[in-house]
Amino acid sequence: MLSEFKIEGGDFTRAGYASSQIKKILKNLNVSPDVVKRVVVALYEAEVNIVAHAFKGVIVADISNSGIKLVLEDEGPGIPDIGMAMTKGYSTASQTVREMGFGAGMGLPNIKDNADRFEIVSEVGKGTRLSIEIDFL
Amino acid sequence: MSQLTYHRALEILENVCIGCSHCMKVCPTEALRVSGGKAHIHVEWCIDCGECYRVCPTRAIRVMDDDFKQIFEYKHRVLLVPSVFFAQFNDNISRDKIYSIIGELGFTEICAVEQSVDTLLLEENEYVKNSVKPAISSFCPAVIRLIQVRFPSLVDHIMRLIPPIEITAQYYKRKFAADGIPENDLGIFYLTPCIGKIASVKSPVGGYKSPITGVINMDFFYNKVFLAYKQHIPITNNVVVSKELSSKGIMFPVTGGESVHIEGRTLAIDGMNNVIDFLEMLENEEVDGFDFLELRACDQSCAGGILCHRNRFLTAENMRKFAATMPDTHTLVPEYLSHCSAVIHMDEIEPRSMIKYDRDIDIALKKMEGAKKLRMLFPGIDCGACGAPSCEALAEDIVKDQAEINACIFLRTLFEKRGEITLEEAVKIMEKIWGKDRFSKEI
Repeated sequence: MLSEFKIEGGDFTRAGYASSQIKKILKNLNVSPDVVKRVVVALYEAEVNIVAHAFKGVIVADISNSGIKLVLEDEGPGIPDIGMAMTKGYSTASQTVREMGFGAGMGLPNIKDNADRFEIVSEVGKGTRLSIEIDFL
Repeated sequence: MSQLTYHRALEILENVCIGCSHCMKVCPTEALRVSGGKAHIHVEWCIDCGECYRVCPTRAIRVMDDDFKQIFEYKHRVLLVPSVFFAQFNDNISRDKIYSIIGELGFTEICAVEQSVDTLLLEENEYVKNSVKPAISSFCPAVIRLIQVRFPSLVDHIMRLIPPIEITAQYYKRKFAADGIPENDLGIFYLTPCIGKIASVKSPVGGYKSPITGVINMDFFYNKVFLAYKQHIPITNNVVVSKELSSKGIMFPVTGGESVHIEGRTLAIDGMNNVIDFLEMLENEEVDGFDFLELRACDQSCAGGILCHRNRFLTAENMRKFAATMPDTHTLVPEYLSHCSAVIHMDEIEPRSMIKYDRDIDIALKKMEGAKKLRMLFPGIDCGACGAPSCEALAEDIVKDQAEINACIFLRTLFEKRGEITLEEAVKIMEKIWGKDRFSKEI
């Protein structure tokens, strides 16, 4: 089952909408609470990343009987050094973003920790594409 | 015909129900539907919170309290009275007067439910030090059941300590046993302001068996006491009153009365919707750094209890005023400590899965996709004219073969406009949901 969500850069007050909708779907499918938690944490982080860094983005969630695949594509500045961005504690978030409680530099590594399969492709000046897969069993 | 709720705390009386759908609109788990002009409950989804009881205009929802007369089957009849009970009366009616009336009505001994609170708070602080954070108070039974049904991933946050009523009841059981009184002679009765508490006594969670003999409905008992007061009944019986109670105990059932005594970062939240909002955030790991959460289903906590009739703010004010006159602690605390540390813990609480579509994920996915498509057709105004609480709930019911697409009054109007169904058919559908009587009125 496919679900699509549009994300606006800078709209922190709406950040978390996609993850709470996906959470509701997974809970209604009786997916185990541990898996739901991993999906929600990973998706929320990824959603906030788009809000904090990109102009806009789209999240496509594909839920099957075996798991969930999340693809997040944004139009934004891209990540010049993915290796660095994957380091815990590294952050490029602006002061304003940090003051809102985001930008501790745990985002991408945390997403990877919660995912069964994780891919990231980024082009500077164009945008970033994240693929997160989490198995139900 | 009648239906009982999951924990048998409430009963819907079909012959009294007028199918007004007020209950359906307030149910936090969307467990109610209207068909044939009557409310019907999806028992598995019910958390016995009593929100439906609160709004029912015809008293078609009955509290499954115990028959008052059964107290006379016991030689020793102890009534455990919650502090909100006294706050139901005007200030000019003294506590001593109320005690004497309770004695005259048949009880031999009276004790405050909250006598055990000082001891419980000490245990809570110990517990929170080593627990999963944030620990969620186990006091409010509706919150426990809400977490079991809607937030199964959070059950391990629920504090595994029994509530004050159970500790006080345990204390009494032991005290009478120590005095050599046969178990069959002792009846411990709980005067309750809460539907959830009836459910929790009848079917407790966490592998625990309650020593409480029976539950008395506070709304019923208030009337009985107040009538006796108004009629100036002569007092002929002697009643033993255990008056040991601290200000902490009195304030414990009011919002903030528990969390204020817990060390660390705490929060007190009341009102079912506020609690649900916060649990959603907690489940998403959007909040952290809290040690303890006091979550209460009713606005103003037990002062706004389902079986309290007085205005909740006046009730809470009365309790605050009384608490200000009482000491910080009382002399029975050490005794409670030695009596209770063995019984105060309970087992892990099991989640209660709320099967929305199907146990089989393939079938569930198919049905969910069907419901998603249907939702796009519905108006999204959640009018309830279909007999379901929301457009989303109707869509779910349809894919589970529990409702028909024509139940939606908007789609039905569209079908009528296109000439696809006749007026007679449309009327029949309405009658099926809301009952024939509604459409045979002379105006």
